[in-house]
Amino acid sequence: MKTLPKERRYETLSYLPPLTDQQISRQIEYMLEQGYIPGVEFEKDPTPELHHWTLWKLPLFNCRSAQEVLAEVRECRSEYSDCYIRVVGFDNIRQCQTVSFIVYKPGASRY
Amino acid sequence: MVQTKSSAGFDAGVKDYRLTYYTPDYTPKDTDLLACFRMTPQPGVPPEEAGAAVAAESSTGTWTTVWTDNLTDLDRYKGRCYEVEPVPGEDNQYFCFVAYPLDLFEEGSVTNVLTSLVGNVFGFKALRALRLEDIRFPVALIKTFPGPPHGITVERDKLNKYGRPLLGCTIKPKLGLSAKNYGRAVYECLRGGLDFTKDDENINSQPFMRWRDRFLFVQEAIEKSQAETNEIKGHYLNVTAGTCEEMLKRAEFAKELGTPIIMHDFLTGGFTANTTLSKYCRDNGLLLHIHRAMHAVIDRQRNHGIHFRVLAKCLRLSGGDHLHSGTVVGKLEGERGITMGFVDLMREDYVEEDRSRGIFFTQDYASMGGVMPVASGGIHVWHMPALVEIFGDDSCLQFGGGTLGHPWGNAPGATANRVALEACVQARNEGRNLAREGNDVIREACRWSPELAAACELWKEITFEFEAMDTL
Repeated sequence: MKTLPKERRYETLSYLPPLTDQQISRQIEYMLEQGYIPGVEFEKDPTPELHHWTLWKLPLFNCRSAQEVLAEVRECRSEYSDCYIRVVGFDNIRQCQTVSFIVYKPGASRY
Repeated sequence: MVQTKSSAGFDAGVKDYRLTYYTPDYTPKDTDLLACFRMTPQPGVPPEEAGAAVAAESSTGTWTTVWTDNLTDLDRYKGRCYEVEPVPGEDNQYFCFVAYPLDLFEEGSVTNVLTSLVGNVFGFKALRALRLEDIRFPVALIKTFPGPPHGITVERDKLNKYGRPLLGCTIKPKLGLSAKNYGRAVYECLRGGLDFTKDDENINSQPFMRWRDRFLFVQEAIEKSQAETNEIKGHYLNVTAGTCEEMLKRAEFAKELGTPIIMHDFLTGGFTANTTLSKYCRDNGLLLHIHRAMHAVIDRQRNHGIHFRVLAKCLRLSGGDHLHSGTVVGKLEGERGITMGFVDLMREDYVEEDRSRGIFFTQDYASMGGVMPVASGGIHVWHMPALVEIFGDDSCLQFGGGTLGHPWGNAPGATANRVALEACVQARNEGRNLAREGNDVIREACRWSPELAAACELWKEITFEFEAMDTL
């Protein structure tokens, strides 16, 4: 029997081990297959009810490959290495956000 | 036919219903409310006469003619039976289709619609049994209902949760915990990774736990778990009460506490109370979870009562953000195609007629918000792949015993479910087939999650079949 340690989480996929680059790419590929518009967000000290993290550049309209998104995640991470980073997805037909998952936590060895 | 004849004036007497109410040449209008009934006529009653009687008794008709009929325009107000067809595979059952003019119904009142459609007609002597299978609400009437207080997309935005089903759990034992012990059980579940916990439907305000005490201890649990996990948490605070005034008083207190979601039982509470509460929720930013106690009394018999798809549609109009819809898997076995048919009617904007899924009419909701289906009862971690596959992201999966029954307690039980859920979502997005590889996905996650491994040891692996077994 174990007591569950207290740990901060960051919503979808944050109960899995940190995602590798390859795993992140596959999640992004799924988003693109669904026709969602990917984007990258970052925030230094996010609280649970903080809806808007800061947008990295603009959403990647007409994005074709996961690599383009991953490149933006890398660039964002090198510029804001002390910030949490998540990939988000928008559906312009249903007019809403549909995806959000954490890809970088400062202090973790991998993302 | 018994009639007293007179040359001028009023013909008193009993007329066959079909003379007035059976109109096979009628083409329904876009503004008509359409209904499909499953009729079992008494022996000797022709189906057309029975269908006409249903149309008459659920609209303008009375058993005998009355002189005041002649002061109105029956053609404008009468319901019309426009089609009768035998139910395949049944001896003496017929689907009867009735069109009702829009003017028969008050705007924005589910209560009024049901009072007509499932009122006196269900006790009508010429019928052995009667079941309301489906209703097509015309857009003209739909637009008079506010619908869900928020709907699925706004709920996700408020909660900051995307791309996965939500996770819940009903706190047990369902009766008898003190408010403080109850709050602890809530806290442990939420800190372990659930999004919601739930009051059992029969917890209102009993001597062992009065509502106000429960609300306060639960809110403390929500705030503490939210601060620790950094995720938004909620608990369906049941405001169902003996009077509308008391219900609204509890809802108002919940709002003052800043809690995100409350709960109501829409059938025992009634549609009028539900619609009132739903409007309050929209005005005050509270999400509304809807329980369905008493539904099986109404929807369980195949030949009599009201099908749940009708109750679900009525609830969407009356207002609610979540509604229990069965699990398809687990102990409460429902038929998958039929269940997913009414799940579509809860959450999609436009649903095409599809008899194989029990959908008799194409329904256009004209942009009304969607209701999130809640799958609850008898499910555990091994069911997770099937649930994710069947219900998709816009659903709330509730593991009661499957969380609280974990050998290490609520928090590890909650983590086991959350890990299983995220492993399934990740695998699905990577293109893996959850129907075939679901158990492998769970086993792989057990390697790094001791909480999930302990749960998987306690409960047994299942396999699930996708073949639908039932028809109409």
